[in-house]
This record gives sequence, structure tokens and C-alpha cells, in this order.
Amino acid sequence: MKVTVDMSLCQDHGQCAIASPAVFQMNDEGKLVYEGEPDDSLRDEVEEAADVCPVQAIFIEG
Amino acid sequence: MTAHVAVVGASLAGLRAAEQLRAAGHTGPITVLGAEPHLPYNRPPLSKELLSEPGAPSPADLHAKVAFRRRASVADVDFRLGLPVVEADLTQGRLSLEDGSVVTFDGLVAATGLRPRRLNLPGPSAGRHVLRTLDDCVGLRGALRPDADVVVIGAGFIGCEVAATALKLGCRVTVVDPLGAPMQRVLGPSPAAAVQRHHEAAGIRFVIGRSIVGFLGTTAVTGVELDDGSTLDADVVVEAVGSIPNTEWLAGNEGPDLSDGILCDNLLRGHGAERFVAVGDVARFPNPLFDEVPRRVEHWSIPTDTAKRAAATLTADLSGAEPDPSPFAPIPSFWSDQLDLRFQSFGSPALADEVRVEEGDLERPADGVLVTYHRRSTHVGTVAINLPPARQRELRRAFDALVAVAA
Repeated sequence: MKVTVDMSLCQDHGQCAIASPAVFQMNDEGKLVYEGEPDDSLRDEVEEAADVCPVQAIFIEG
Repeated sequence: MTAHVAVVGASLAGLRAAEQLRAAGHTGPITVLGAEPHLPYNRPPLSKELLSEPGAPSPADLHAKVAFRRRASVADVDFRLGLPVVEADLTQGRLSLEDGSVVTFDGLVAATGLRPRRLNLPGPSAGRHVLRTLDDCVGLRGALRPDADVVVIGAGFIGCEVAATALKLGCRVTVVDPLGAPMQRVLGPSPAAAVQRHHEAAGIRFVIGRSIVGFLGTTAVTGVELDDGSTLDADVVVEAVGSIPNTEWLAGNEGPDLSDGILCDNLLRGHGAERFVAVGDVARFPNPLFDEVPRRVEHWSIPTDTAKRAAATLTADLSGAEPDPSPFAPIPSFWSDQLDLRFQSFGSPALADEVRVEEGDLERPADGVLVTYHRRSTHVGTVAINLPPARQRELRRAFDALVAVAA
């Protein structure tokens, strides 16, 4: 599974980091960092993170 | 299982319902019927980014910016758009569409959402706007020219967001609300009054405690008349005075209770019919996090949460299985961006009988404020203004843990 976040859309709402903390984190500056190729076992929570992104900036392939 | 599920409504709730039917194991055909001509799109940017998009974008240009990603699992779902459902026969399993065609179904998801309430007052209609759909946004956007006099009626979240965007575009903006300070019903009186002072300092004018009694002008609106006889100039009027649930299409059925949206049980089954669930803004359901009173919840997180549970319930009911009986207790959440303020809320602040400012100074909301909301001493909601995302996450975790104990 490949995850990309359109950083031109991301506004650091941080909802993804609540839905899938294993893949999405907010760093010390409050900016999003994420794992681009998470294990497939995390698919449900990554899908949920994409669903709850207020600006719909998270894209999943594969 | 080959039962056919019809989803009436093709916005966030309808799309998530289709996706979650697949996730719940429904393999039969799904038809999503939408009144709007557009595939499902995200509405919150309509009052913010899209309303201030430069140039002269078409509805299609704007739609491309806010169209929802659709899961691969719904590639075979038939989206039939631009055709409102005018009538449903829940006993026969038949939907009648505006063009006279008929769709039959075995299971039904009601996802028809809301439409803006309009003011029924004398005066011209040109120049009066509402904001719910992409087409509303395109129409309002074209009217918000620099130096235009804009009157926003209603100081709720949508009214305040539109006012903030119009101010940024160079309009002169007045917000009129008969009841109270901006967003007072959710924020409570003292935070609402503080936000009003903040927005006033930025240049938005508020007229609180006055109603509109009529629109001035002959062919188009030139102003509004207030109930004290005074008038306000207006090139553009935005009516942001609440919403009406779209339930007329169900009115011919005896079973459902449509007194405010669609009354559901805690598993989102619609009252008075079989294999019938409701999702999103139109669903009125009890949330055991708070109490047993069924309520509609107009927060952005609710379509996704209700779709997940309703799809599981309907899939079970269609196959004769017992649906998951565990209580459905979603935590509502929403956000709002206005000028330099970002509000983030979870829980139900509007239910509170006590408001506590936990951090920060209401006189300087841009520097960060945390407000918690309590009912009979139970924490029922949190609103954070301009708090950093990491802090947000801690707060949300703490709230989740708290309500997990309560539920």
C-alpha cells in the first residue's frame, strides 16, 4: 500500500494522526510526517485516516 | 447476497454508506441517487477556500478541487446524478424519480441531508444567496466583489465563515442575528462574545438582537430592513439561518417519524419500516454518550460514523443475521476557520449547562484558548481555538478515554 499526502492541501488538522497514529504523526513543529509505504495490515486505519481528513489530502494506492 | 441497495443522496453520507456496505460484506448491486449533478464532494471549503478562489472557475473546475476520493470497492456502484427522488414506497421497495423513472430496492439508505432554510419576507429575490451546494458557491463567489456591501443573516458557523471570507475579499460585511453573539448556541455566551469582539476588531460589523423584516430594492436587493425600522445597505445578502431536513420524498409512508429528520434507533434503523436506515445530517438517533434523546447532528464527522454503523446494520438485516448490538456512541467533531482563528470541537458543547475556560485568555483567542463544556458536571464537549495539532491530539485522547468510561 502506498500513501501520499498532498502537502499543498494539508493544513495540519491532525485528524489522521488520531485515526492512524502508526502511519501519521505531527512533529514538534506541528507539521505532518507520515510513513509512505505502511504495511497492508494497517489498511483499515489508513483508510479511516483518509476518510476523516478535513481537506481530503490523503491518497492511497495499491 | 444479491439484494439491491438504493442509497438516496450522493453527498458525503451517501458515498460513505456505499463504501461501508462493501466493507460490511454486501456484495449485491448498489445504486446511489443524487439530486445534484455532481459526484460526491466536500462541502466545508465552499464557505472558505472555494469562495475566495481567484479567477472565474466553473462549477466543474471547483468540483475537481473538492471531489471525494472513492474507494476502489465502489467502482461498480451506479451513481445516478441530477435526478431527485420524489417519492419512496417503503412497503413495495420502489423509488420514483423526478423524470418518472422507477428504481426498485431490497434495502434503503436515506442520505438526503439538509437544504438551507429561506426567509419568507417581502422584497426582491435577486441578490439573495444561500450556501449549501457547489452551484450556490459559484453564484455567491461571483457576487462578492471588493467594496460590495454584504449582509449575512445568521451568526452561526456558516454565516461567520462566509462573513470572514467576504471580509478577506474586500467586502464591507455586516452580520445580523436576532438571538445572540456569533455561534453562541455552540460556544456559550462568553466565548461567543469574545469571538464577536475579535471579529469586530478585524472589521466585521455585528448587529445582534435584531431581525430582518424585509428586503429593499425593486429588481434586486439594495438593502435590508430591520425590526427597529433601521436599514442596512446590501448588494449581497446571504441567508445562513439554519437548515431543513430533506424528507418530503418519504412523506407518503405511514411508518417513519419525519418530525425532525428521520427518527432512528441507536443502530440507525429508521422507525416504522424494514431494511431502512438513515445516515448523515438527516438521521435523528440517540447517542448513549450523552443521553437517550434522539438528535440530528450537523457535524462533519457524523456522515462517516453513521454510514459505517448503518451499513453494518442494513447488511445484517438483509441477510437475516443479527446486527452488532453494541451501543453506537460516536464522538461528534467539527472545525471552522474564520480569519486568523481555527476552532476545533469534539463532543457536544451545545448540550452544556456550564462553560469553563481552561487555558488562555478569551480576550486574545488567536493566542490559543481551550474551553470545556459540562452538563450536570459531566464533560460533554471541548472547543479549542488556535491550539497546536499535537495538543489537539492529547485533548482528543483524553476525551475519548473519558467517554469510554461513561459509555
